[in-house]
Amino acid sequence: MSVNDWTQGGDHLHYQHCGSCANRWYFKRNFCPTCGQATPSTHVSSGVGKVCASTMVHRAPSDEFRAIVPYRIVLVDLVDGIRVMGHADNDVLMGDQVRCEVRAIAGRNLPFFVKDTHVS
Amino acid sequence: MSYLVGSGLTSYGKHEGSNTLELMSQASTLALHDAGFLRSDIDAVICGYSTTLPHLMLATLFCEHFGISSHYAHTMQMGGATGLGLVMLAKQLVASGAARRVLVVGGENRMTGQSRDSAIQVLAQVGHPVYEVPLGATIPAYYGLLASSYMQTFGSTERDFAALAVLMRHHASLHPGAQFQKPITEEEVLASRPIASPLKILDCCSVADGGCAVVVSAEPVGDYPVKISGAAQHHNAQHISAMKSLHEFGAGECTQRALQNAGRHLSDIEYIAIYDSFTITLTMLLEEIGLAPRGQAGNWAREGRFSKDAATPLNLHGGLLSYGHCGVAGAMAHLAEAHLQMTGRSGERQARRSGVSLLHADGGVLSSHVSLVLESL
Repeated sequence: MSVNDWTQGGDHLHYQHCGSCANRWYFKRNFCPTCGQATPSTHVSSGVGKVCASTMVHRAPSDEFRAIVPYRIVLVDLVDGIRVMGHADNDVLMGDQVRCEVRAIAGRNLPFFVKDTHVS
Repeated sequence: MSYLVGSGLTSYGKHEGSNTLELMSQASTLALHDAGFLRSDIDAVICGYSTTLPHLMLATLFCEHFGISSHYAHTMQMGGATGLGLVMLAKQLVASGAARRVLVVGGENRMTGQSRDSAIQVLAQVGHPVYEVPLGATIPAYYGLLASSYMQTFGSTERDFAALAVLMRHHASLHPGAQFQKPITEEEVLASRPIASPLKILDCCSVADGGCAVVVSAEPVGDYPVKISGAAQHHNAQHISAMKSLHEFGAGECTQRALQNAGRHLSDIEYIAIYDSFTITLTMLLEEIGLAPRGQAGNWAREGRFSKDAATPLNLHGGLLSYGHCGVAGAMAHLAEAHLQMTGRSGERQARRSGVSLLHADGGVLSSHVSLVLESL
């Protein structure tokens, strides 16, 4: 996988897949956390999914984030089978279909979810 | 068999000029006195971490400072579950014969020993350092996420959460050591400053200074022994992004194992001490353990089912929400109150019956769990 994910300054979400037990996961490792298989594959996620949890943060942890309060943080269940935490538009609601863009927020590249208008 | 034979609890709130070792010492002095022990009676010391005194070997440092020569000492780190985890360890040390009289202590100047931003940033580190913390997520944000999902799934409302904050404040109003003693209303909770929706400031525990200690012994000595009859742990995923469920965290299963360990059933329980870092934490734990039906914890609080004279009084000292939260000692205050209740020493807070008590605490974001069953003799 040559494309960087957002944690390495790239524009994508990645997930990993185990060829032995079919497990999928988000936090990158060089083995499968279910069966231990040592050669998981890494994939670019579609970034499309549904909001399963949502909070509007008013009390920020630091000055960089204090500058943008209030900001919305969500958990999204992606169609790729993983759950991802990201920022989101303020009008994104529980259950909304969303799509991930990587945006510069508070001086860093972060996953940012917008309503996915391509989904009926 | 192992027994909790003494407890000591400082007031929680501002202890200006104090520090971790001083607060641990104050609580330990009270606990030894309560047990009728001298320093020389103690052969093991186990303590919890302190965010204001990060140290590679805090237990040994404390032994030197306080003046105990111990056969066994170390520090445990399990977030909010540490205090009860220490008691489970003390139970096992005593049962194995490795120690006979164990001092268990936690204390921290979490309020005055650092800036509020620093406290928030340190605590947020229970989140993932690459995939969660860089988003500007905080502990209230993690719990706000869980609350949003819980409300949608089980129909709990912000007013239901508020009812638990009101109850904890009412209980704290009867404890002179509580950080917040002035009664509040559901309207005041609902109108309080937003922190991470749906949580407002009055849904959140405080940051306090304080300390708490207990003594665990192989024998039921002194004037106030109670039996530690059951203990169990469960460890969920550390991070909410990696959790299989946003509603089942292992608290129910953990409690069942502790009850089995004690030969008890949930219906035997007469006093409950449940971790309440946020109103949503208390809601989820009460309901997963089975102490209230799903979506009903707030209603049950309103109906008086967790009050002093009810069948299962809850956190009669006021909990983390109102007695205060100073880290490891936070959940230990629940334990100290259970000990007072079970030995009939809670004065105007005294429950009618508290012979069999269930305690449960979590660390991280419902990540680690410890349940204890205590029984009066």
